[in-house]
Amino acid sequence: MSLLSAIFLIPLLAALVVLCIPRNYKFVIRLVTLGATLASMVLALALFAKFNDAPVENGFRFNYEKEWVHVDALKLDIGYHVGVDGINLGLIVMGAIVAFAAACVSREIKRLEKEYYLLLLVMTGGILGAFASLNLFFFYFFHELALVPTFIMIGVWGHGENRNYATFNISVYLSLGALIALAGLIALYLQSGANTFDIVALTKAVKAKPLPLAAQSLIFPLLLFGFGILVSLWPFHTWAPLGYGSAPTATAMLHAGVLKKFGLYGLLRVGIPLMPDGATAWLEILAFLCLGNIIFCGFVAMRQKDLNLLIGNSSVAHMGFIFLGIASLTLVGVTGAVVVMVAHGFLAALTFGLSGALREQTGTLEIEKLGGLLRQIPFLGAALVMAMLAGCGLPGFANFVGEAMVLFGSWRAFPLVTTLAAWGALIIGAVYMLRAVRNILHGPAKPEWAALKDANAWVKTPFVLLLAALLLLGVWPRLLTDKIQPSVAGIIAMAETKTADKATRSGEVKKAAGEIKHRAVQPR
Amino acid sequence: MNASLIVLELAVVLLGLVVLVLDWFTPAQDRRTLGYGAALGIGVVLLYSFFAFDGRDPLYAFGNAYVLDGLALWFKRFFLIAALLVLIMATEFSNRFETGQSEFFALTLFALAGMMFAASANDFMLLFVSLELITVTFYVLVSFLRRRVDSLEAGVKYLILGALSSGFLVYGIALVFGAAGTMNFNELADKLTNNAALSHKSLLTTGVLLVLVGLGFKMAAVPFQIWAPDVYQGSPTPTTAFLSVGSKAAGVVLLMRLLGTAIPDLAFTLERLLMVMAGATIFYGSLCAIPQRNLKRLLGYSSIASAGYLLLGFAVMNRAGSSAILYYLAGYLFTVLAAFTVIAVVVQQAGEEDISALAGLSQRSPLLASSLTLAMVSLAGIPPLAGFFGKFLLLKAVIAEGIRWHAYYWLFAVAVVGVLISLYYYFNVIRAIYWSKGATDLTPIAVSLPTKFVLGVCIVGMFWLGLNPDGALEMAVEAVKVLKLAS
Repeated sequence: MSLLSAIFLIPLLAALVVLCIPRNYKFVIRLVTLGATLASMVLALALFAKFNDAPVENGFRFNYEKEWVHVDALKLDIGYHVGVDGINLGLIVMGAIVAFAAACVSREIKRLEKEYYLLLLVMTGGILGAFASLNLFFFYFFHELALVPTFIMIGVWGHGENRNYATFNISVYLSLGALIALAGLIALYLQSGANTFDIVALTKAVKAKPLPLAAQSLIFPLLLFGFGILVSLWPFHTWAPLGYGSAPTATAMLHAGVLKKFGLYGLLRVGIPLMPDGATAWLEILAFLCLGNIIFCGFVAMRQKDLNLLIGNSSVAHMGFIFLGIASLTLVGVTGAVVVMVAHGFLAALTFGLSGALREQTGTLEIEKLGGLLRQIPFLGAALVMAMLAGCGLPGFANFVGEAMVLFGSWRAFPLVTTLAAWGALIIGAVYMLRAVRNILHGPAKPEWAALKDANAWVKTPFVLLLAALLLLGVWPRLLTDKIQPSVAGIIAMAETKTADKATRSGEVKKAAGEIKHRAVQPR
Repeated sequence: MNASLIVLELAVVLLGLVVLVLDWFTPAQDRRTLGYGAALGIGVVLLYSFFAFDGRDPLYAFGNAYVLDGLALWFKRFFLIAALLVLIMATEFSNRFETGQSEFFALTLFALAGMMFAASANDFMLLFVSLELITVTFYVLVSFLRRRVDSLEAGVKYLILGALSSGFLVYGIALVFGAAGTMNFNELADKLTNNAALSHKSLLTTGVLLVLVGLGFKMAAVPFQIWAPDVYQGSPTPTTAFLSVGSKAAGVVLLMRLLGTAIPDLAFTLERLLMVMAGATIFYGSLCAIPQRNLKRLLGYSSIASAGYLLLGFAVMNRAGSSAILYYLAGYLFTVLAAFTVIAVVVQQAGEEDISALAGLSQRSPLLASSLTLAMVSLAGIPPLAGFFGKFLLLKAVIAEGIRWHAYYWLFAVAVVGVLISLYYYFNVIRAIYWSKGATDLTPIAVSLPTKFVLGVCIVGMFWLGLNPDGALEMAVEAVKVLKLAS
């Protein structure tokens, strides 16, 4: 078992262990879960530390390949293949840390603990496996493995009256998105003619012989909107705030923080490099759609009266930046997008974790009912303030680095969108975040909250961990960007050479040359 | 004449007769041992099938009416496994029968023999006879709880509609014979190849369509599905289980033979029809399952939807599709039997078949709860269970044809919508198990050892086919090699 496989197989094996523990041994079950997620976090950090020294093969490190299904008569060849490069390294490490944090905050669950921890472990293993897989089949397989527990967890352990509706909503949206993406992935596999699900081999095959233009323009939108629904791309975002508002804390942390990034990762890993021509046509539309995320959902967030719905909407809004970065197709922009993916993972986990801790004590998250809490709960309050400031893009937190890079990178391609996005981020984001801070934490102390207790060391651990990650990457972004950049450069190179090929083929050299200049990477 | 080929069927029939004879000498309280004995016998026959035949070269008997090849052997083993598990389930269930436990076991064995003959049918005559053997025994098996109105109603419905479809079938066979002058599949195929005019004869096509009616009835495909929900609901649970696995698979193997051996040159003209049937069956099954509250009725509609997914593999008419059908069926066997085994136990405890009977099952018996959950998850096509890989293969086969004809993309879309809808009703069941509020009875359910064995086999099967598909898929590919299909 390679180091990389161990990171996601440990939670899955732990799920089997939990299955065998009698349900009365709640403490043991919780201990196994914590131990497994801790182990996978430690291994993920080790992976991060060893990354630079590991040998590179086809642009990926820690490669591990094994044949799984190989039937010549059907021309079916599905192999187990995992590996990391700059793009998924950050996501795996972030996912493992968030998973540990999610296991930590799961103490709020008071019934059917065995099933809960089982699903939590399956979800964790699925998420990390999806990011590690370099085979389209397993890529989808692990995602689905993580997705289904999400629905069940929201349905069974969720909060609020809207829980059933939210479960229904999120299940339909996400299953539909996943199936559309699946259609796209299978079509891609068939069109490539390479007869392999292996992403590395597919990339090579496409490099040698690009997909036909007609196929690209048909398949790319399937992937864009399939993955887009999974990432809550406007206008397919309505499931997100509702679902997160009703979800148990750990589920919201894991889904909003980690699983949601799957769609973005899919676009970067599969959609754009393999179908550059399809992508160029659609990415401009994407750039405008992402304004819907940033501005529309920003305004929606402003009107929220419930903290969880506010965070949910703001998390949808943040997705807009990642889409914008991807749409820019510049080295700086896409690198920034990857940084935001990682940073937002920590941030979403942190905010949902804190709101969960708050709800556990107060029993409500209605902003109007809360107030002056900072006196009673200085640690939780301060952490919430920091999370909110990170959400507005305050320098010092990792989000700032990513969002600034996205804005720099996309300026040339989409000046109008970038201007509006910057405005949306700074003004709208600041308005709702700071207003929430004022109404919840500052102001006169209300008597009903006099008995609140601040977090003890156990409760603090996950939040400290997540904040530390945000701050570390905020002050030392090169830790991540140096690793991301070469991988992103490879994707951009693929995207651009293909545009040129297409132009020579159709005799539109001039126009394309202008376009290349237009999109050329300036800063380095 | 090579009668030694039917040794497996003979053994099964003999086993049935032995059960009937031993019944005279067995006191009523010991009749259960007969059921276990029959299951054990089936196990022996199953093992023997691995030693006796390898199915590499097709062997013929009875004037080429009977063929023993890879496909036949695959399906025979399939039916044997299904019958083995169903017999154990039936034995556990048998104290609900007032009389005639042994007859139930014997009839199950006779139905099994019919299915095994169907797997080897290479002639319209054997096709008809084997189907009748299956159907007639099922008339009795369906109405076996003779004090229950539901069961009798189901029996009558199955009898009337079954007889009607048999009528269509035999009429179709007569027309085919009239047009082609032969009943043998191989000869018919040769005649079609050598005589292009024959394939345009409307007499022949009408005949084939009528045969399709009979087989569609067995598979419960739209528009011949109307009996399924009522019969599934009314029958004793082991019968329902055998009906949904064995009888459906018998329809599948006969349709495979028909399209792949008897009329391969004509099969492409049926492409459109099969596509429409597949799409309609998936839609009908999935949509009608939504409001169901009766567990067995729900599974009846789900089995209709499954027939639709199987038809996808027929519509594409190639090796990928056919091997996907076999794979899907294999997964379906373990999944559905796990579900019905749990339902049989729960219904026995609760005395009702409503979904609400599952309330609190997670606390009453974690094994039953997790088995049913896994079955539902597998039926819904979620990794890492068998149902996922089966559906994946079928959908992949469909979308691969999209390059040839874009209508397949629409068929794919219909299938995807069906999968989406199915998530809803399968999760309703899971929800009832884990978080329904009205659980009043929380006494633990004792699960007997044989039931544990059945569930264990099913769970291992589901996981094995889902996680390690290589070997099973290889077997499926080998089995469909005998059919004349596009690669």
